[in-house]
Amino acid sequence: MLDESKPLFQAVAEQIEDGILDGTYAEDDPVPSTNQLAAFLRINPATAGKGLGLLVDAEVLIKRRGIGMFVAPGAREALRQRRKFAFQDQYIAPLLREAAQLGITPEELAGMITKEVAR
Amino acid sequence: MTAISTTGLTKRYPEVAALDGVSVALEENRIHGLLGRNGAGKTTLMQLLTGQVFATAGSMQVLGGSPVENVEVLSQTVFIQESQKYPDTFRAVDVLRIAAGAYPNWDQGYADRLVEQYRLPAKRLIKKLSRGQLSAVGIVIGLASRAPLTFFDEPYLGLDAVARQMFFDDLLADYTAHPRTIVLSTHHIDEVANLLEHVVILDQGKVLLEADTDELHDAAITVSGKATAVDAFLAGREVLERKTLGTLATATFTPRDGDELAAREAGLDLTPVSLQALFVHLTTANTASAAAATDTHRASDRAIV
Repeated sequence: MLDESKPLFQAVAEQIEDGILDGTYAEDDPVPSTNQLAAFLRINPATAGKGLGLLVDAEVLIKRRGIGMFVAPGAREALRQRRKFAFQDQYIAPLLREAAQLGITPEELAGMITKEVAR
Repeated sequence: MTAISTTGLTKRYPEVAALDGVSVALEENRIHGLLGRNGAGKTTLMQLLTGQVFATAGSMQVLGGSPVENVEVLSQTVFIQESQKYPDTFRAVDVLRIAAGAYPNWDQGYADRLVEQYRLPAKRLIKKLSRGQLSAVGIVIGLASRAPLTFFDEPYLGLDAVARQMFFDDLLADYTAHPRTIVLSTHHIDEVANLLEHVVILDQGKVLLEADTDELHDAAITVSGKATAVDAFLAGREVLERKTLGTLATATFTPRDGDELAAREAGLDLTPVSLQALFVHLTTANTASAAAATDTHRASDRAIV
């Protein structure tokens, strides 16, 4: 469920981000509390809190004292931009590397992508 | 605030140093993991911290004082021992009644719920209980006492996977509702890794590693690929473990900035190391170096002869 290649608190933050991107948490909606996340993911509450803290620092979440954490206005679009920026590095570069290793030309690769999209 | 701090804490028995110069600092209201192989000194450390055995050397502060014959500290401490002995005539219900009187924060309603949840036959004689049921008695006491300082020494021996998961969930839920300092000793590392905020790894009576679990992610990483490329990548660096298969190699090492990019450019894969794997690497490496030291020692003995 959590991406184990990253420190746990980062994986927690990314999971909430995924929820914002796919609309599970709409803007101005509350997100789960530290304790709810800890119990659900079976992790230390401090780790869950640190993950949420990352998102508060990044202004993806807003803390409302005594009530909880809420998705910031504009957070979804901001996340989308940030993820797009990382897409090249995380997905395109490894794809091209593997393609080169298998002798797949960029033209062939483009053809494969078009075919997959049409499926 | 620090709940427990030790400096050079040592416990020597005639044949062996069970604990040898241990200095640790455990923050209050956290869940700490005390990890180590059998005989590493985990139980000895907890016995010292609860005043059950006396230190040969070194000092310790527990909840602001010495635990030795100190009611103020000990009344706030619960120690669930793996090999707890009870009088032959006792039933679980008798033990729980004593615990209820001994711990100021005892929650009887919670204890009753736990007894039911773990299906503990409370009226049966303790000596007739299975190993798992005996562990459940300890779990009920350890949780329901809500002691500001709670030690669990291998609390789930004999419990099946379902009951173990139940214990982790109960521990997490009750810790969240009633924060307190918890020290959990175990060798089921992967099962508890995500619950721990801080770990101490003991080996042969010494502290092998003490760190926050968040930091451990950066403590070791495994690189794999062509053996020549792996060796070039790690030239001049300390390697915890290296394995080869034909022309392929994997090696575990401590990463530093820039490794990710360098590995990618060299066509190598990096994979994270779990706490369990790190524990195995560290203790294995430590055993190997201790053996090497003994060999050198023997060689020098021979030279003298």
